[in-house]
Amino acid sequence: MNTTAIISVIAYVALAPAAGGLLAGFDRKISARMQGRVGPPLLQPFYDLFKLLEKEPVTVNRVQDFYVLCCLIFMIITGGFFFAGGSLLLVIFTLTTASVFMVVAAYSSNSPYAQIGASRELLQIMAYEPMVLITAIGFFIVYRSFNVADIIAHPAPAVHYLAGIFLGFVFILTIKFRKSPFDLSMSHHAHQELVKGLTTEFSGKTLAMIELSHWYENIFLLGFVFLFFANGTTQWTVIAVLACLLAYFLEIFIDNSYARMKWQIAVNSSWIVALTAGGVNLLVLYFAIFGFGLGV
Amino acid sequence: MSYVTKSPWIIHYDGSSCNGCDIEVLACLTPMYDVERFGVINTGNPKHADIFLVTGSVNAQNISVVKQIYEQMPRPKVVVAVGICAASAGIFKECYNIIGGVDKAIPVDVYVPGCAARPEAIIDGVVKGLSVLEEKRKSLKEELAAETVKAGMDFKAEGEEREGA
Repeated sequence: MNTTAIISVIAYVALAPAAGGLLAGFDRKISARMQGRVGPPLLQPFYDLFKLLEKEPVTVNRVQDFYVLCCLIFMIITGGFFFAGGSLLLVIFTLTTASVFMVVAAYSSNSPYAQIGASRELLQIMAYEPMVLITAIGFFIVYRSFNVADIIAHPAPAVHYLAGIFLGFVFILTIKFRKSPFDLSMSHHAHQELVKGLTTEFSGKTLAMIELSHWYENIFLLGFVFLFFANGTTQWTVIAVLACLLAYFLEIFIDNSYARMKWQIAVNSSWIVALTAGGVNLLVLYFAIFGFGLGV
Repeated sequence: MSYVTKSPWIIHYDGSSCNGCDIEVLACLTPMYDVERFGVINTGNPKHADIFLVTGSVNAQNISVVKQIYEQMPRPKVVVAVGICAASAGIFKECYNIIGGVDKAIPVDVYVPGCAARPEAIIDGVVKGLSVLEEKRKSLKEELAAETVKAGMDFKAEGEEREGA
């Protein structure tokens, strides 16, 4: 592990909550403007988080806080591996571990609403997971390496070879960011829906931890978008940052212009997009590299 | 000012009323009044809420529901009774099933008069409730600190007892 990796991991752990909170603040402000409202202050997500820390601790059972803490820790580790330039496979499996801890926490609370939320969360994981794996495979076929450091150091930006996979990845980002139409398990806006699904029984500090892990996750996911464009040069770094912002704006726009869909549509459409955009992209790469000897 | 006053999350419950006040409560969320400017979120979950907004009076059927929602909310919490029915049962006062205002079931901190209460009055009531919320936060903090100290003392006393035995 070199110095750059250590610095970026420390920067991620320290700054991702600030950046994630600000992103959430912009999200709420932009959403409000799209609905013709003024909206809350930009720092509102931070006020909410600190407020939750001030509340009285109320728990249904002792293990649920432990599970939620594990979710937060594994989310930090996921981003840590990613920003350290580690293996994409490791990153993906740690991310899944974090999500599964969240599901287990919701199941452990024994509330029927939380259990429906947890079942829906499992369906959502099932919906987005194939596309995430295809993304990792795509990176490997192009660069012959799963390591983020190798991918980012290569002079050819990934989006030239993985345009289809990029589109598929942006599609499943809607699920990961918990945006409508796929916010089945826990919606940011429909507060009455399933009594907040996954988080029905969580309050105070526990809820704050969930919010914090969501901010970490959002920044890590935007890092993934960044990876598609970055190649180490300043020009492409600027393009990559713009692409991240554009992707997030697109998600806000979709969030505000679609009603929630049934889980069948979420699973079917994610898999269809994964197979067409992702699968066709992989096929083309395979023939180009192994058939015609074109490689990077 | 603490953060609890900057992010009041509300849970809204309708007792027995004509629905007029409920419509006005929801009007507060529209672009016209937009209470989200003050960080207000209309949650559907008592465990996430700081302010309990009750419209309508308490009757024999719903008194247990009102009590249960109140008990599920983590402290510090504030109850705002919206409309005259929530304050004193209003026009339904003489009905056979009506017990009375919300204060017959749970302690109320702010009364918002009106039939129906106007959105401006409801927002004003919530903002009044914030100062009560701040006071309650301070007393809760002291209470929790005292509890921690007491638990520590008990633990120490227990240990000494064991050593003595």
